[in-house]
Amino acid sequence: MRQAIYRYDYRRSGDQDARAVVRHPVVVVGAGPVGLAAAIDLALRRVPVVLLDDADRIGEGSRGICWSKRTLEILDRLGVGERLLAHGVTWKLGKVFCGDELLFSFDLLPEEGHKMPAFINLQQFYLEKALVDRALEIDGLDLRWKNRVVGLEWRNDGARLTIETPQGRYRLDADWLIAADGARSTIRGLLGLDFAGVTFEDKFLIADVRMAADFPTERRFWFAPTFHSGQSALMHRQPDDVWRIDLQLGPDADPEAEQEPRRVRARLDKVLAPHAYELEWVSIYTFNCRRLDHFVHGRVIFVGDSAHQVSPFGARGANSGIQDAENLAWKLTAVLAGDGGAALIASYDLERVQAADENIGHSTRSTDFMSPHSGAERRLRDAVLALAPKAEFARRMVNSGRLSLPTVYDSPLSTPDEAPFAGAAKLGAPVPDAPLMRPDGTATHLLENLRHGFELIRVTDGGKGAARPDGVDGMALTVIGADFFDHNGIFTQRFDATPGATYLVRPDQHLCARWRRFDPVAAARAHRRALQR
Amino acid sequence: MPKLVTAAQFADPDAAYRALADARRNLSDAAAAELDARLVLILANHIGDLDVVREAIVLAKASRDGR
Repeated sequence: MRQAIYRYDYRRSGDQDARAVVRHPVVVVGAGPVGLAAAIDLALRRVPVVLLDDADRIGEGSRGICWSKRTLEILDRLGVGERLLAHGVTWKLGKVFCGDELLFSFDLLPEEGHKMPAFINLQQFYLEKALVDRALEIDGLDLRWKNRVVGLEWRNDGARLTIETPQGRYRLDADWLIAADGARSTIRGLLGLDFAGVTFEDKFLIADVRMAADFPTERRFWFAPTFHSGQSALMHRQPDDVWRIDLQLGPDADPEAEQEPRRVRARLDKVLAPHAYELEWVSIYTFNCRRLDHFVHGRVIFVGDSAHQVSPFGARGANSGIQDAENLAWKLTAVLAGDGGAALIASYDLERVQAADENIGHSTRSTDFMSPHSGAERRLRDAVLALAPKAEFARRMVNSGRLSLPTVYDSPLSTPDEAPFAGAAKLGAPVPDAPLMRPDGTATHLLENLRHGFELIRVTDGGKGAARPDGVDGMALTVIGADFFDHNGIFTQRFDATPGATYLVRPDQHLCARWRRFDPVAAARAHRRALQR
Repeated sequence: MPKLVTAAQFADPDAAYRALADARRNLSDAAAAELDARLVLILANHIGDLDVVREAIVLAKASRDGR
């Protein structure tokens, strides 16, 4: 089976030899996808970051494979999106079977004009490797392997950490501590925080196998297939001829016995015959859906699995964690720079708790459908499956995991619309991507031109107003019809754009205000509101 | 001309399923079957059209061995 594939060296930090405890504005604990994304985002915003990880390698343990469109857009802004896109398997077609019969198939991104696809599949260690490579390129990001947090003193103006290394212990002060240390978070434990929720009793076998097979590039999900009677099964393609197989085993499965290679092979042979395959990785899982009551505890902020956990159906774990990181990074930057009010950090809690509840809700419903709690619930589920081939309403209830879409924040940071807007762009949601043309005729996309700050996007009004009004609060201004051209009308359609329409976009690319006409006073007010000052 | 609507009518089908599943959580098979019988009567009366109810019976019976 696969072993650790990338190792990094522990290096002694000057902080370990300092006479006084060294203070840093931000310390991130945990160099998984979420901690790396948070640290890179902060460092790109010129906030110095120390990133601690207790290990010295990546590539082991339970791992995510599905990266959603919004995650890819975030990672693109962080500088690794195109690399991941080139490496990953792009897919958008899903098929759901009952027994051996196809119930329905679905296309996740039926429209054109987005830089990023609905999903790519890529082993998590490749994503982590790309992020580590990126982190090592950036000044002001200090990544320390084999640095394990063993103590935490909680203060009003920060946190004091005790850190264990191969060369003994040292202490570090942080104005802000970001806990990205996963489902079994040490920081959460050190603070003694309750992490309550629902544990699902069903056990699942997750196996990655390597085989040369010409199965199509699509997500396949079976309820009660003949090759795995009475249970559900999932199959998904990854790069390197690796396939993820996920088999429901029921509540009574013995985790030890089920991981024996002979037993695993006996199950997989039925799925994969006549293909020959090698086992890459095998694990037995149960799932939890739970979250912390609050993600912000004074100067300690939880992101990703340390804050919330969901079942994997619907790809809402690591994806939502990366969205936590992006929500927090710009807010913390603004607060550290004195541009944002203290309430901005509270809005991280508000917005990402809303997102976590949405993800937990979807994930719980999917898991309940796949794994009914009782005979009575199973009969209802089976009735839906029995009706599904004949009745559309029942097909719509069949739930093998719902597509993870970014949450539309119901947020105090948003300025309510004065005039109605139609289109895909929603107040409080990431702005939809759209293909644009530069003045020199080359093609680009909207999102790759929205970088790290607040941005005003204005549509020309045919010469009635100034083509390029004076700046507002130092925000970047992009004029559609001068800087870029909406050559095929997709921007206009997705933003319900009319001449003069103006949009205020947050540093995390979420829409926080829009107007039918450009009004610098209103724009400045909306900007202050989005910064909570 | 069939009168029974089988196209999806709930804006959020997952929420509708969840409501029906929640109603039977922690019920025994017999208690759930009794609940279903009462639900059928209530919903049939709400529909108030015997032709529709008869079509629904035919669809439900035809799907019995559909798995």
